[in-house]
Amino acid sequence: MGDILSSLFSVEWLGIPFMQRALLVGGLLAALGGYYGAFVVQRRMSFLGAGLAHAAFGGIAAGLLLEMEPLWIALPFTTAVAAGIHWIRRATRLAPDTAIGVFFSVSVALGVLFLSLRTGSPVDAYSYLFGSILAVGQMDVWLAVSLVALAAFTVPALWGRWAYATFDEESARAHGVSVDRDSLLLTLFVALTIVVSIKMVGILLVSAWLVIPAATSRLLSRRFASMTAGAILCSLAATIMGLHASFVVDVPSGASIVLAQTALFIVAFGLSLRGTRSGRAA
Amino acid sequence: MLHVEHISVSLGGRSILEDVSFEAHAGEFIAILGPNGGGKSTLIRALLGLVPLHAGRVSITPSSTFIGYVPQVKTLDRSFPATAADLVVTGRRARWPWRVSVGDRDIVRRALERVGAGHLEHSSLSRLSGGELQRVYLARALACRPPLILLDEPEAGVDRVGAADLFDILESYRHEHGATIVMVTHDWDVAFHHASGVVLLNRSVVASGSPVEALTEEAIKEAFGHVGHAHGVLGGHHHG
Repeated sequence: MGDILSSLFSVEWLGIPFMQRALLVGGLLAALGGYYGAFVVQRRMSFLGAGLAHAAFGGIAAGLLLEMEPLWIALPFTTAVAAGIHWIRRATRLAPDTAIGVFFSVSVALGVLFLSLRTGSPVDAYSYLFGSILAVGQMDVWLAVSLVALAAFTVPALWGRWAYATFDEESARAHGVSVDRDSLLLTLFVALTIVVSIKMVGILLVSAWLVIPAATSRLLSRRFASMTAGAILCSLAATIMGLHASFVVDVPSGASIVLAQTALFIVAFGLSLRGTRSGRAA
Repeated sequence: MLHVEHISVSLGGRSILEDVSFEAHAGEFIAILGPNGGGKSTLIRALLGLVPLHAGRVSITPSSTFIGYVPQVKTLDRSFPATAADLVVTGRRARWPWRVSVGDRDIVRRALERVGAGHLEHSSLSRLSGGELQRVYLARALACRPPLILLDEPEAGVDRVGAADLFDILESYRHEHGATIVMVTHDWDVAFHHASGVVLLNRSVVASGSPVEALTEEAIKEAFGHVGHAHGVLGGHHHG
């Protein structure tokens, strides 16, 4: 216990190469999760993260079956599912969660089928389910850097349009915003972020990447701009805390990051209650 | 200014508007009245280009005319974190503001003051009453001084005094800028007191013209199936 406590305050872990890589990839993907999460939460599409993560499971299982790098199958598979969800939402009267639910189930069924056809060890599949710092390699660094570059490049054009359509889709349309095209882009960017984050956070918990930091920031924000910035900061802080805890206590990084996000959510919830009470008193 | 020629709209295989035509000239105040489900809101959406036309056409001259739009407040998501100033800025550009610039702040302040809501500039939308939110929406519509304003039931969710204030603000803006106003409303008094023209709509145009010409007992019966509350208003205006 004493060793764990002293390790918690140690910075030695920052000198270990695989932890540096995990911190870099985790930080970049956390920032993306927070950024896109603000839109996902405010559009009441929190289920999208879980749906796309399970869609990625189908792609990863196909990659494992074909003995290829699972990410190269999961990326096109999940973006195709994201496009399918978007198309069904727009072309039918089905609610968004229904469209997501259909693809969620089909993808998991395909994943289970592919894994059952596979003869190798199930251990590598487990690491995708729960996330592992050790699984993060050089390729993940490049993918994370590319996704952040894509987001940074498109922020000036897309943030304001996405935010406007999130607030009031009809007014945005009346102003000439291409709401459908923009919404498809958002879904695709979320899909890419989810797939690349799976190695670190795991399929089962990656939706928290989008939901908890944005929900935490929402509790304390009066403006959508501050909610977006707060979600990014909260996600970064939870990832650093979670990766550190994962290293010290030797638990899967996905669980430790999500528990760190939850701790921040509880603090924000307490602060928001205090703010509400003092507001009433005033 | 606004020419609506024989437009028809079908949504999900169901006919919503059939062969609707009317005109609104510069400086006119057109009230669109009709029963629930009669296609009033769809007509506003068609004028904004938000629904495809099955037939006919809508032309606005000049084509570059900026349109101020006031949607129904009751349908909006109040959980979105935003201040009144953020919302008014969207009247000037087709994007949500990351921050309200110094240049925008003056325009926002003037627009809010014009509608008697200057004190709400920094207020969260979630804390505004229906009437206050409607004023902020009106400020957004007026921020760019548009020559054409479309409103969808601006009195919905607003108390009677608040609604009367809104119509006075619109009237003063119309007289000052020669603007055209097209408004969906359920309020017969508005039609008689403020509108220069009325379109009585129940999927197709039942009657149109000046309020006294269009709002006859027969036309209202044809549109609504009964005269109901309109009876007292009609009596006062047709015989008063």
